Parts: sequence; structure tokens; C-alpha cells
Amino acid sequence: MQEHTVKAFDEDITRLRGLIAEMGGLSEAAIAQSLEALVNGDDELADRVVKADKKIDALESEIDKLAVRIIALRAPMADDLREVIAALKIAGVVERIGDYSKNIAKASKAIGGNRKQFEPLTLLPAMADVAAEMVHDVLTAYAARDAELAREVIATDEKVDAFYNSIFRNLVSHMVENPSTISSAAQMLFVARNLERIGDHATNVAEMVHFAATGTYPLDEDG
Amino acid sequence: MSERIAPTRTPEFEARLKKRYASERRFRALGLGAIVFSVAVLVFLLGTMTFNGIGGFQRVEMEVPIDFTEAGIAADPAAMEQPGALASLEAQGLRDVVQYFAEEELGEAAAEELGAQAWRDVATEIIADPAVLQRSESFWLPASANLASGYEGEGSPEMQALAAGLYEEGRLAKNFDPGFLARSDATNPQQVGIWGALKGSLLTMVVTLLLAFPIGVLAALYLEEYAPKNRWTDLIELSINNLAAVPSIIFGLLGLAVFLTLFPNLRSAPLIGGMTLALMTMPVIVIAGRNAIKAVPPSIRDGALAIGASPVQVVFHHVLPLALPGILTGTIIGMARALGETAPLLMIGMRAFVATPPDGFTSPATVLPMQIFLWSDEIDRGFVERTSAAIIVLLLFLLVMNGLAIYLRNKFEKTW
Amino acid sequence: MTVVHDNLEKTEAKMRAEAVSVFYGDKKAIDEVSIDIPTEYVTAFIGPSGCGKSTFLRTLNRMNDTIPTARVEGSIQLDGEDIYASGMDVVQLRARVGMVFQKPNPFPKSIYDNIAYGPKIHGLAEGKDELDAIVEKSLRRAGLWEEVKERLQDSGTALSGGQQQRLCIARAIAVDPEVILMDEPCSALDPIATAKIEELIAELNGRYAIVIVTHSMQQAARVSQRTAFFHLGKMVEYGRTSDIFTNPHEQRTQDYITGRYG
Repeated sequence: MQEHTVKAFDEDITRLRGLIAEMGGLSEAAIAQSLEALVNGDDELADRVVKADKKIDALESEIDKLAVRIIALRAPMADDLREVIAALKIAGVVERIGDYSKNIAKASKAIGGNRKQFEPLTLLPAMADVAAEMVHDVLTAYAARDAELAREVIATDEKVDAFYNSIFRNLVSHMVENPSTISSAAQMLFVARNLERIGDHATNVAEMVHFAATGTYPLDEDG
Repeated sequence: MSERIAPTRTPEFEARLKKRYASERRFRALGLGAIVFSVAVLVFLLGTMTFNGIGGFQRVEMEVPIDFTEAGIAADPAAMEQPGALASLEAQGLRDVVQYFAEEELGEAAAEELGAQAWRDVATEIIADPAVLQRSESFWLPASANLASGYEGEGSPEMQALAAGLYEEGRLAKNFDPGFLARSDATNPQQVGIWGALKGSLLTMVVTLLLAFPIGVLAALYLEEYAPKNRWTDLIELSINNLAAVPSIIFGLLGLAVFLTLFPNLRSAPLIGGMTLALMTMPVIVIAGRNAIKAVPPSIRDGALAIGASPVQVVFHHVLPLALPGILTGTIIGMARALGETAPLLMIGMRAFVATPPDGFTSPATVLPMQIFLWSDEIDRGFVERTSAAIIVLLLFLLVMNGLAIYLRNKFEKTW
Repeated sequence: MTVVHDNLEKTEAKMRAEAVSVFYGDKKAIDEVSIDIPTEYVTAFIGPSGCGKSTFLRTLNRMNDTIPTARVEGSIQLDGEDIYASGMDVVQLRARVGMVFQKPNPFPKSIYDNIAYGPKIHGLAEGKDELDAIVEKSLRRAGLWEEVKERLQDSGTALSGGQQQRLCIARAIAVDPEVILMDEPCSALDPIATAKIEELIAELNGRYAIVIVTHSMQQAARVSQRTAFFHLGKMVEYGRTSDIFTNPHEQRTQDYITGRYG
């Protein structure tokens, strides 16, 4: 891709992408760590995840400022304009993804001992992997303006939804069989729900990436 | 970190700067000197002319008191207004009357030196005011050329003595001579006048202007606006530029060969003179006109074209008014040159002795520079002052002509 | 081959250019450009320097006729009539297709005479009253009446740059044209004068078919509804202004408007 005649414009866009990537990396790490805290019952790790969310919030604020500045000073057009608008919206969504990881960490602390007994617990890390991979791929697609990859991410959401449905049934039957574990099971339901939301949000980001790259939404094309 | 001195702060630079200012001052001094020198030359020229020419507006006159009650000249006021008035006065012996009174009052010797045509001045007075015949009147009448020379301190000793004597009595003086501007050429410097040549110049200039200006301007317009850019137009442009530099006497030869062959009986007429000078002036107007038209910015033309003006409308409504100041400047230069030209008019015969002012464009005439040239050839000392006076008249004519043109130019000056 | 967006509403073309090429001697300056100019929209021509947008604009009112080496091929029609046909009167054409230039060029006459000149030479007014009415109407439409109504006899060149340009627009309007061509009308003006002219263009939109050549993409984006991008004598892309500036189809168009050109 040819560079802008005004080099500072390229530098601004590069910085914007860098911030998105950094935010994405932090939120991916948050997903992984929150699951780890959940599986191992590591409350200290859970606390760290909650604190780290502040950094994600700060990045969102910085991206907002930079995007507004680019629009005011550079008057971006066409693909540049779409990219900057997409960056604004993506930052908001990734911030929410970070919030979900924070909620998962909090839920992890609320669960009582003997979490290893929970059979559904083994499914959650797998679901989290898929969700985390979706987040990772969609941010790669953003940096590379790869509409094809974005579409694949959208398709992957089915898997996450399938995971959620199966975990849901599992936990419900567990709660029926072991009423004493209901509160812990409920927390796990929340965790699954949060992971499913992360998948949905990653799909939203994928749609924005597609728009930034091609100027159309994948929905329009699929009819 | 070493201190970086800006290149404009070094001592070498200071020295060079001083030199630049010095050469600036020298240049300005030279310019001023050139102006001062030119002005000095101009002042010297004008001063000499004026000094020499003042005397040309005067003539030596003697006072002759005439008592008409004793004269026996009768003049009916009604008859005085007829063309035959002068003849009737002459028939009644006015000349002898004047001579008689001159003898009575000034003596025989002085009366002999009364100008031969002096009685005509008296006649003019009578025609103007017939009532003068009822009374006594003193007339300042022109002296003869010899007495005038004597007055100036030249000529025979008798004349000088006579002049001195009369001067002592207060009967002979050099007075302002307004008639100089009303009379025409003559052999007697006392009788000579510049009006004939002045009118001849006027008529010739009118013909020149009427021919050269329209043709020159239209030619310039055509060459700039319409002519295609090819070899032919280049050739025409070259020819016109060369024409402007051709010596003026060649145009005289052309006038002789062409115009006088066509109109042989119009020799020395202002019409022929004007036509010859028009040939000479036209290239100057064309060149100045082309430059003035070229200087009109194309944005004006574009604006006019875009509103739907035809090419002719663009030229006459927009280009020509803006080019007019430049064209007028070129016209001034051309006409000034034409006014002062003698050589071409020599060739077509405007050097004849013409005693009466021209009646129209086809009667024989002469022009101011020619008159000056002819008078300067005369031996009589009296003509010297008249020649300088004629030069002053020529300069004044030039001034008036230029002043008119500059006024017109300023009137049309528009900024864009 | 021009990329014409396919989502354009059908409009009636006031002027239509078909495969128009312009040659200066042997050099081809415009290469087979076809475009419809509708009355309802302002059409903008954008493109880098020397791409031919001004040259093409000048073919629409035959101003290229003044250049001896210029030759135009293809057909340009005004209301269906070929304007380069031998029967077409250039003087009448230029009264129907007016032009405003980059540098304001009022005549060195009074404000009144500037406006009145066109109607006078075309005989559009009978008598002074009608002429006065035309002058007032044109100045009002150009948004200049209130500022100059007290001094109509002042020289047109004594006005400020922005006022002069509005005077030139009023002058063009005075002959009641059908099309107004504007060749970078604001490039010599300050932002406030520019804004006034852009507002004027918005008001004139719909009554006259307006074509504006501009170097400023922001201006094209602000004033026009249709935009054509020219590059090296060809028309590369044509479509809705909003589409051209948010989602152009051609890479060359995109490179130009995002500032990646050159």
C-alpha cells in the first residue's frame, strides 16, 4: 500500500493500529488469565486480572482521543476514514471484552472450594480458547485489512454458541442433581455467558473490520 | 559546541556590504547627474531660444500722428464692411495722406524710411473703427527694413544716426508686434508673419492625423487580434518595424513619385504633405498600438468571450479602450516627429515662398519647420530674431499638441 | 475506461459529452471522455494538476476555440444539439453556457456596466428600466445586492476579491444561462469569501446546471452531488460524491483522495 504523501498521517495511522493491537493483546491475556484463575482457584491471579482491566480502559480512552484528532487534523477520506471510524468502535468493543474477563475473574473468586469436582469446568477452558482465538484473529484481520479472515471469525461464532448451549445443559442437569452446588454452578453459568458474549463481540468487531477493508458489511453481501 | 556565526555576520560580509552601498550611491549619483545635465541642456536651449526670440515678437515702429479732419478721406461705415473697403481707401489716396503726415511730423528723411506697406495698417484701423476719421489719431507704423537695421546698430551710418535721432525724440521704438502671429511670409522682415506657416502646419497635421491614426490603429488591431501566425504576418511585422526606421526623406521621394504624379497640380498642398507624413507616422502608431494591445491581459478577453461577446465586440468594447492610453502615447510621439519634419516636405515642394495663408487643404502652403529653415537662409539681420521667434512658436505648438494628447490619454486611463 | 457507479438515479442530461477527445497539435490532452451533466446536481471535476479537468471544462463552452492548435473530437450536446456543429452560433452558446474563472476578472467598468454588458449585447432588455431590473435581479441572486446597491457606479475592480468573484457570477447569471461552468472559482479567495461562494452555489443549484472544477477535495465534497475524477486526460471514475469520498471503486481515485498520490 502506497504511503501518504504527508508522512505524519502514516505515523498517526500506525500508532492507532498499534494501540488497538496492544489493547487486543491485553484483552486476550485477560481471557486466558481469568480462565486460569477459575480452573486453579487462584484468587490472587483473579485480583490481578481485575486490576489489569484499568489499563484496558485507559487504552480505550487514548484511542478515542487519537481517532478524533486524526479526523480533525488529517480529514481522512475513503479507506482511511473507514479505518479510523472502525478503530473507534473496535476500541469500545474490546473494552467491553476486557470487562467480561474482569467479570469472569470476579466470578472465579465467588465460587467455593472443590471446583475440581465440576465436570463442566473442563469444558470452559476449551470454550475460552475458541473465544480468545476469535479475538486474536479479528484483531489480526484489522491490522492486515483482511476481509476474508474477518468472515472466518464470524463463522467461528457458531462454535462458541454450540459450546455455550452444551455447557448450559450440563450445568443445569448438575444443579438439578446436586442442589448444594447451585450457587457455584450459577457462577459458572455466568462465566459461560460472558465467554459467549465475548464471541458475539468479536463477531461485531469482525463486521467492522470487513467494512473498513471493503466498504460493505458482510450482511449486505450475504443478503 | 563551537559557536556558529551566521554567514551574514562575518567581517568579510560587512566589507562587501559597504561596497554594495557605495556602488548604490554611485549609481544614484550618476542618475542624478544625468538628469541634472539633461535639464541643464534643456534650460540652456529654451533660454537661448527665448532670449533670441523675444526680439522676434517685436518690430521697429515710428509714431505718426494723423489728423483725419484735414485728410479728406471719407468712409461710409456701411461701405467699410464690404470687401472692397481697402481698395476704396487706397483709391482715395490714403497712402499719400499717411506719407504727408509722416513728412510733416517726422521730417523727409524719416518719412522716406516709413514702411512701404505701413498705410495698410492705418487702413485696417479705419475699417475697424470708421469713427477715427472724425478725429486725430497717433499710429505706430512699421519702419523700413533699413531703418530697423539702423535701430539695431547695423546698416549704413546715416540710418543709424537717423534712428538714434528719432529714438531720442521718442518717435521710434521697438514695440510688441502682435501682427507677427497674423501675417504670412514676406521679403521684408518687418512685414513678415508666422500665421501662414502655422495654418499650413495645422492643416497638414490634421491630414496626417486623420490618415495615420485610423489606419495605424486598425492595422495594429488586425495584426494582434485576427491575423494568423504564419510567414506572411511575420514578413509584414518585419516590414512595419523597418518602415519606422526609414529616413524621412525617403518618404518625401515616395510622395514625389506617387502623389505628385497622381495630383500634379497639388504641389505644396497640405493634402499632399499630410499624406506623405502620414506614411511616415503610421508605422510608429502601429508598433505602439501593437504593444498596447498585447499588454491587455487575456483575462479581460476571456471574460468578454465567456459572456458571449463576438470577437469584434471584444476588441472594440474591451481591448481598444484599455489599449487607448498606449496608442495615444505612440500617436503623440509620431505626430511630434511629423510636426518637426522638413526633409520629406522639401521633396514635395512645400518650400515655396507663400505670401498668403492657405485657404484649404489644396492650396499652396508651407509648414513651421520649413518656414524656419527658409528664414534662417535670409541674409537680412532682421530675420534672425524672427527665426528664433518662429522656433518658439513651433515649440509652443508642440507643447499644446502634446498637452492635448496627454490630457486625452489621462482621461482614458483605466486600471484593471 | 471510466468506472461509472451503478447506483445513480436516472436524470435528464442538460449537456452530454460522448467520447470527447481534445488535441493540442499532436498531443492528446483529453482521451475519450463521456459524461452527462444534469441540471439538478452540481457536478465536480477533481484530479491532480494537468489531468485535463480545466481543458475538458472549456470544451463545454467552446472556449478552446481561442487556442489555434486545439482540436476537439467526439460530440458535446446541449439539450440534444451538437455544440460543435457548423450551424451552432458560438456567441449564443456562450450566453447559454456561462463561465466563471479562477482569478476574478471584472471588466474595468462600473459595477452596473459589468452586469449590464451581457444583456446589452444580446439585446435582452428593452429600455433602461428593464436593464435596471436585470442588474438588480442578478446582484440579488449572487448575494451582492445589499453590499453594492448604494454604489453601482463604482468601479468593479474596487471591490474585494470575494465580492469581485460574486460580481463575475452575477455577470454570468445576468444573461440567464442554462449552465454555469466554474473553473476553480475559490482558489484565489480567503476562507470566508470561499464559504460565501459555496453557499451561493448551493442556492443556484437546481436552477442552473453547475459544473465546478476544484483542487480542493473538501470543497468538492461540500458543494457537489456528483463527482468525476480525472487522471492523465482520462475520466477514471464518476459517481455520487458521498460514495466517491467514502468508498471509491478505483485504486487511482482512492490514492488521490487519501493523499497517497505523488
